[in-house]
Amino acid sequence: MSAAPSAPVQRIFVARDSAAVSVGADRVAAAIAAEAARCGSAVELVRTGSRGMLWLEPLVEVETPDGRVAYGPVRPEDVPGLFAAGFLHGGRHALGHGLTERIAYFARQERLTFARVGLIDPLALDDYQRHGGTAGLRRALELEPAAAVQLLLDSGLRGRGGAAFPTGIKWRTVLGAPAPVKYVVCNADEGDSGTFSDRMIMEGDPFVLIEGMTIAGVVTGARQGYIYLRSEYPYAEAVLVRALDIARTAGLLGPDVLGSGKAFDLEVRRGAGAYICGEETSLLESLEGKRGMVRFRPPLPAIQGLFGRPTVLNNVISLASVPGIFAQGAQAYRDFGMGRSRGTLPFQLAGNIRHGGLVEKAFGLTLRELLYDFGGGSASGRPIRAVQVGGPLGAYVPESRFDTPLDYEAFAAVGAMIGHGGIVAFDDRADLGQMARYAMEFCAIESCGKCTPCRIGSTRGVEVIDRIRAGRDTEANVRLLRDLCDTMSAGSLCALGGMAPFPVLSVLDHFPEDLGLAPVLAANK
Amino acid sequence: MTPDAALATAIDLHAGRPGGLLPLLHEVQDRLGYVPPSAVPAIAKAMHLSIAEVHGVISFYHHYRSSAPGRHVVRVCVAEACQAMGVKDLLAHARATLGVDLHGTTADGALTLEPVYCLGNCACSPALLVDQELVGRVDAARFDAIVAGCRSDA
Repeated sequence: MSAAPSAPVQRIFVARDSAAVSVGADRVAAAIAAEAARCGSAVELVRTGSRGMLWLEPLVEVETPDGRVAYGPVRPEDVPGLFAAGFLHGGRHALGHGLTERIAYFARQERLTFARVGLIDPLALDDYQRHGGTAGLRRALELEPAAAVQLLLDSGLRGRGGAAFPTGIKWRTVLGAPAPVKYVVCNADEGDSGTFSDRMIMEGDPFVLIEGMTIAGVVTGARQGYIYLRSEYPYAEAVLVRALDIARTAGLLGPDVLGSGKAFDLEVRRGAGAYICGEETSLLESLEGKRGMVRFRPPLPAIQGLFGRPTVLNNVISLASVPGIFAQGAQAYRDFGMGRSRGTLPFQLAGNIRHGGLVEKAFGLTLRELLYDFGGGSASGRPIRAVQVGGPLGAYVPESRFDTPLDYEAFAAVGAMIGHGGIVAFDDRADLGQMARYAMEFCAIESCGKCTPCRIGSTRGVEVIDRIRAGRDTEANVRLLRDLCDTMSAGSLCALGGMAPFPVLSVLDHFPEDLGLAPVLAANK
Repeated sequence: MTPDAALATAIDLHAGRPGGLLPLLHEVQDRLGYVPPSAVPAIAKAMHLSIAEVHGVISFYHHYRSSAPGRHVVRVCVAEACQAMGVKDLLAHARATLGVDLHGTTADGALTLEPVYCLGNCACSPALLVDQELVGRVDAARFDAIVAGCRSDA
């Protein structure tokens, strides 16, 4: 690109995150390059992860002496106008939002795990290291394995995939299991609707996941890792495969990790569209090349996991949180949060919400704060009637519960769960009777078939809900449905059949009118 | 690439890997668009498995197809976040304009319509995956433009 010698090169940032690309980020980037060439402006386009303000995507940021200035959502046809307004120097424009980091949605977050996402080129390892990358791994390599596990235990980190089991206990079990071969497996089968934090970090900061898995390997004595990635994430796969090559070339992975003499390597394995493979034992079966049938526990995967070997099996966000915990110390992480829910969770605002996106916050804020202070209410402008929290097996939460603090235990106490932090909003046009039916139908489609309550119960559940919705013998059928939910909850082998009743019961309890039943009195909601 | 060549390549690359069956099946489907039933005996032999075991794996996973799709595959996310943003209306529009239901292929062979449970684009719903390209905030007009694109390369 030609420019007058005195003109400095302007750095412009456009996300390469697939959500941004899905609404035109590549076309906007191309339009910027073309317009810059036409004007003779010297620009350097940097493709980053997304800042997580997805309603502003495609978001364009320009580097200024005060920080990055944001414009969005930008369409290709807006680009000449942006140039005319002097956006290369932060000039005013109708699409401008001022300094990105002062946008309230972003400024109020506590970004620990997502600290680099949206800031750096995801595949620039030197950028990663300049922003604190590999400090955690270097620290872990200095520690005795037992001390490293203790550090993780002290941080209070619990599994971010949804089950919230203490990550350090899994690592301690694997460390203590004598075996010549051990594995580290990352569960990247992010199948819950309303969740995309795993995808965003894999696309926006892949080295942090690689580093977290490498720490798990060197601490527990595993030398091989697998990322089990869902087939619905082709962009994330492409980024990860390139990041692994770069990490190997740089000696971050391989026979001698950062010159420590310890070996660790990783590969990406693609799932094949089965929701159940997000369940850890089913995932292991799938990695072994089999049908994703749930295994009985015990033995725990930490004792007999992949190919019968002790296996560290953690979610993407759990593993991506590890490098920061090692670099900053356990206490720094523990200082965030409430009760037994320590640290931060990247919440994901989705569905019918005006400002959808990713909000990393310490545990303890309320749903109402997320939905209104961050989310800005519904996208349709109508009242938010219900939100489903924690994926397809999560309860539909009515407005009367919007002040429940987001904490694992507080949510469990009201028959709901935080799960992987996905929050899907529905406005007052939603037919929650239909959604209750969908929960059972989804369970029937995705059941692995191993246990009867899930395999048969889900199909019977659809039929009973259909009878209730048709007004046939409703009192007896509601009793039958509750009984069926009880059987599924108590008798299923894993969380799919065990939790599919949650959304159904929440509709019965809070939105019975959508099933053609008498409404709940407001006072009892 | 012929089915035989695709199969030979897939076996060559993956049969010896631990847990190699899924990668092998992906290799075949990535190259051919589906896993031909006629390929199953050779896959079973290479993996030291029974034909029933291989068939069991193919039929367990929604991703694998046993018959050839249209020239393009349009996956429509039907999960909750997209439902909250009206994907049912979009599907009704798709059925009416294409004349096929989910899992169907249009008469001109341009595209196969498939359901998918979440594409991780839940803040930009409704979402589609058109072959390998993610598309967000899809309305009827955008859908029609995508269909026109699928048909234009006949």
